[in-house]
Amino acid sequence: MNPTRHAIGLGLRRGWTEFVLSLRSPQDQGFYLFTAVGTLVYLWFNRDNELEGTGLMYPTYALPSILGALVAFGVVIGPAFALAMEREDGTLLRHKALPHGMQGYVTGQLTYHSLGLLPSLLTILVPSFLLFDGLMHGGAAGWLTVAWVVVLGLLATLPLGMILGSVVPSTQKVGTWGMLPVLLLTAISGIFFPIQVMWGWVQAIAQVFPVYWIGLGLRSAFLPDSAVTVELGDSWRTGVTVLVLVTWAVLGALVTPRVLRRMARRQSGSQVQAAREATLQWVH
Amino acid sequence: MVRTSGLRMSYGDQEVLSGVDLEVHPGEVVCLLGPNGAGKTTTIEILEGFRLPSAGEVRVLGEDPATAGDAWRARVGVVLQSWRDHARWTPRRLLTQLGGYFEPFSTPERPRPYEVDHLLATVGLAEHADRKIGTLSGGQRRRLDVAVGIIGRPELLFLDEPTAGFDPQARRDFHELVHRLSDLEGTSILLTTHDLAEAEKLADRILILAHGRIVASGSADELTRQVAGTAEVRWACGPDRFVHPTDDVVGFVRRLFEEHGDRLTDLEVRRASLEDTYLAMVQRAESGRPAGPVLEEVTR
Repeated sequence: MNPTRHAIGLGLRRGWTEFVLSLRSPQDQGFYLFTAVGTLVYLWFNRDNELEGTGLMYPTYALPSILGALVAFGVVIGPAFALAMEREDGTLLRHKALPHGMQGYVTGQLTYHSLGLLPSLLTILVPSFLLFDGLMHGGAAGWLTVAWVVVLGLLATLPLGMILGSVVPSTQKVGTWGMLPVLLLTAISGIFFPIQVMWGWVQAIAQVFPVYWIGLGLRSAFLPDSAVTVELGDSWRTGVTVLVLVTWAVLGALVTPRVLRRMARRQSGSQVQAAREATLQWVH
Repeated sequence: MVRTSGLRMSYGDQEVLSGVDLEVHPGEVVCLLGPNGAGKTTTIEILEGFRLPSAGEVRVLGEDPATAGDAWRARVGVVLQSWRDHARWTPRRLLTQLGGYFEPFSTPERPRPYEVDHLLATVGLAEHADRKIGTLSGGQRRRLDVAVGIIGRPELLFLDEPTAGFDPQARRDFHELVHRLSDLEGTSILLTTHDLAEAEKLADRILILAHGRIVASGSADELTRQVAGTAEVRWACGPDRFVHPTDDVVGFVRRLFEEHGDRLTDLEVRRASLEDTYLAMVQRAESGRPAGPVLEEVTR
């Protein structure tokens, strides 16, 4: 029995268990419901707006972009929070005390947060298709594009979440260190309005990060070819999308294990104890 | 099983451990006793491989914990203090998941991990096996921590303040569990506590850690005998009552009888308790005086 492969198998099972437990938890159900209802209400109130010069209705333009933002947001903030919290509550330390435990733990995290995308995307996609017309113009090929963009987007952004969760000093800091930058980035990445309305240098910054490209990729899947005129350079730039996302994925795959190892090395019982005391003070 | 020499640890210019020498032999239950801030947790975390010492030599199961691999990990059990992790899981599910990591390290002589139902019954969680961990009481949660720590049938087990927050019943159950582990499985155990009664009850040997070094080592009895004035004699002659500390109880009482004879109306001899011993030794360490014969005993 190869212990590493065995640990990865246990990690997959762990991720699945966490996923099932999360689906059953009222707290997480509430979160999915809240995001979905919020998005749908936003789209519903903008349902009669037409995007200038394209003949496209706003929900048609915005839905793929919002899905893109959700992928990025979900797999950066989700793991960052989870990791920061599990560093403090001892989950991570438990795994550090096991043979090959960290490999299993990280596999579990990756599995859990990847699976977690499904309900958050489906709870928006399914009702959107019931409420709005003309969302998907790409047909079967379009869905195929959705699939690879989501997978690449996941690989590009999930490591960022793991890194963030490893370096934040405490769970309470995930908000300022993680949520704020990600929200800012989303705001400038052409999710709620086309990126051209921003200044040139802001556009340049946005195009360094994966969020813009995930949105672009999803728009290329959902929107009719005529809508390409809304994009920069009147092109879907599929090649560049793949290139940027793969680059982020490779960088992430190289850096994340190192950051995780360093973080795990520093884990100890007294750290967990200190976090516990800090939290108790926070509460009282 | 465990051997350290000259173990030092400092944070910045504050020295927490200043030369700790300790040993744990196979099958032994050793209790590390000391006031808060004496370095108990630091010591045990170094032995667990969770912390790097500043200097000194450490050998745990023949390896340096800082560099030991996963095969070493599989032989060591660590009982951690958890507080809110895995709240949605059940004890059965968690033990099954975590125990899985030990399967590749199972041998015919030492099958790993323990069977989950058997373990749940051993720590007294059988009836709570399928409850959410988040709903367990503090004591039940600690028993789960112990179960997680021993699931891999460790040869050596570390427990840091295992019974903090236990009620008396939970404490007694836990003590039985430790005895069973050491008697039936031959597990060597190193635990920290500041509960003297616990140390006296559990340990084959007690180490007193004060001011970053071991100031005494021995069974509760041996430690008590190391401190001067091991007994207190109280007596009364009619209405007058007297108290006198002495090392030589028998001699002193004989002289009392010779002197007072029938006028002696009451007599009581009190052995120094482990508590007296402990306080005396910690005090001695604090006063900075090298603790005389006691220290020599230990550093050998």
